[in-house]
Amino acid sequence: MRGPLRLTTTRESALSTVATILPLAASGDDSGFHAPSIAEFFPDPIFFAGTPFEINRIILVRLFTTVVLVTIFVIGARRAKVVPGRFQNVLEMGLDFVRVNIAEEILGHNARRFVPLLTTIFFSILFFNITGVIPFLNIATTALIGMPIVLALWVYVTYLWAGVSKFGVGGYLKNSLFPPGLPAFLYVLVTPIEALQVFLFRPATLALRLTANMISGHLILVLCFSATQFFLFEAGGALKAASLLSLGAGIAFTLFEILVAALQAYIFTLLSAAYLNMAVEEEH
Amino acid sequence: MDHTTLAEVSGNVATIGYGLGTLGPGIGLGILIGKALEGIARQPEVAGQLRTTMFIGVAFVEVLALLGLVTGFLFR
Repeated sequence: MRGPLRLTTTRESALSTVATILPLAASGDDSGFHAPSIAEFFPDPIFFAGTPFEINRIILVRLFTTVVLVTIFVIGARRAKVVPGRFQNVLEMGLDFVRVNIAEEILGHNARRFVPLLTTIFFSILFFNITGVIPFLNIATTALIGMPIVLALWVYVTYLWAGVSKFGVGGYLKNSLFPPGLPAFLYVLVTPIEALQVFLFRPATLALRLTANMISGHLILVLCFSATQFFLFEAGGALKAASLLSLGAGIAFTLFEILVAALQAYIFTLLSAAYLNMAVEEEH
Repeated sequence: MDHTTLAEVSGNVATIGYGLGTLGPGIGLGILIGKALEGIARQPEVAGQLRTTMFIGVAFVEVLALLGLVTGFLFR
């Protein structure tokens, strides 16, 4: 009787230590090292607290980014000249990249009607991602699932609509759920998998990939810099030297995050183009 | 009745889970990108097409690793 009882008490004490550690990591107690937690992404509201329109730091960053994004493109469009200046050159390079290297590369002759969608998605994701490494903004606002869900739903509705309007409901379902050239009995397996893919996994993974990338990137940056602060000001003796290491890692990861921000915008747009292509492409 | 605990694991077991979860996608990414490089080295003229296809594949493999990250936050 003693044995099992003792085991449970040990386990309970272990569980209670877990329970005490977890909230401590999230709260702002002033001693010891605090690992960043998911609470990073839910800061206190600033305006309209308690209403559905509550505005916190992240929403403010979002609004700011939107203003910057719109301003850049409005100025670019207003001042467009036949011989482009430096600013227009950069803008045109970006627009060309989406049109040629993503849309036309994947969609071929179907590309033209989807270029506006892909361009909007690419540049909004790029701008909302890059705020993660800009000082004082310090958060990639795509790290909250809301925005990626909206963008993914847009792609989802568009490819379903494009496929249905081209082949009709029956034709589209037949195209996407019954890949040709398989022995009949395999459709029992393949069709449900394809249905899950088309109707659930594609939009879900689009949104999830972007969010999870940005969450992990932000957490790594916070970890590096808060570790630097801890080593430098709170830890004693030889541990102070470790702050150099964590600061170096922080700077390296900041550069890496710039790469990830651009790469995620590229991948999201690329996959959207691929999904659109699967919906509208004729059978070969 | 007090007892001695010889070994105790405290903290979140999800940490270990995520460590294990990165193994598969890591191997997958290695094979995928390595093969794409091989293809580009053999046939540099289709490099653009191979790179695009590689990125699509990378996105599919990467999402598996990220699922591990998300579940770490969800089920703790």
